[in-house]
Amino acid sequence: MQEIISDNNWNKLGIYPIVDEHDIVKVRSIVRQHAKDFRMGIVEQTRITTAISELLRNMYNYANGGDVVIESGQVEEHNALIITCIDKGPGIEDVELAMSDGYTSGMGMGYGLPGAKRLVDKFEIYSKPQKGTTVRIMKWK
Amino acid sequence: MNLDIHDKKIPIIKIRDFLIVSIQVDMHDKLAVQLQSQILHEIERTGAKGVLIDISVLEMVDSFIGRMLSGMASMAAIMDAAVVIVGMQPAVAITLVELGLEMPGVDTALDMEKGMEMLEKKLREKES
Repeated sequence: MQEIISDNNWNKLGIYPIVDEHDIVKVRSIVRQHAKDFRMGIVEQTRITTAISELLRNMYNYANGGDVVIESGQVEEHNALIITCIDKGPGIEDVELAMSDGYTSGMGMGYGLPGAKRLVDKFEIYSKPQKGTTVRIMKWK
Repeated sequence: MNLDIHDKKIPIIKIRDFLIVSIQVDMHDKLAVQLQSQILHEIERTGAKGVLIDISVLEMVDSFIGRMLSGMASMAAIMDAAVVIVGMQPAVAITLVELGLEMPGVDTALDMEKGMEMLEKKLREKES
């Protein structure tokens, strides 16, 4: 598992704290708006909005919230919308297990991570027990 | 009966034997859970035989909302009421499948009218 690195040339579009459930709804709609501004089609907009919804729920339920950074920039020769979810929660003990299909944590909500991964073009995750988790998703224009 | 979330409301309306629920707001998880129990209470209170849930305005159904809807269909079935979900946007259907979410036991129809026909047919089949 590699640490997630940022590119200084990326264009910061916004940073949003997730504190309560209304923040989830708010950030979800901000992400959709950015996808629209990016001229993504309706299915692509729905994919990235749904993926971010899964990630924000994890962040809220398991890590007591965190921050979401929205950026745009060049990644692997693609013009990308880049969304990074950073929390300082308990971390994920076994990332490989959490990324496997059908895995559900004890809370019965499911992790949603493998599903979110399928909906985006690039998915990165870095987690350190007791330190927190960073998940970054990207969607090409 | 209305469900207050700030100034937003999800009305549950009874017409003949059926409850009509039109979700017009972007739901967070607690609201989804509240809606689920509210609908079940209304089934009990009114003796409704079917529930029509319009999600045509929902721009996204994630794993939680998906599970809430299929859970509600199973719970309503135990209470002898059929649930039909109508108006799912194509992009939402595509995303749900890609997400890997199955919604066993959930009946869907294209729109309100077809959903109502489906409920009436189910009711007739049960009575005959």
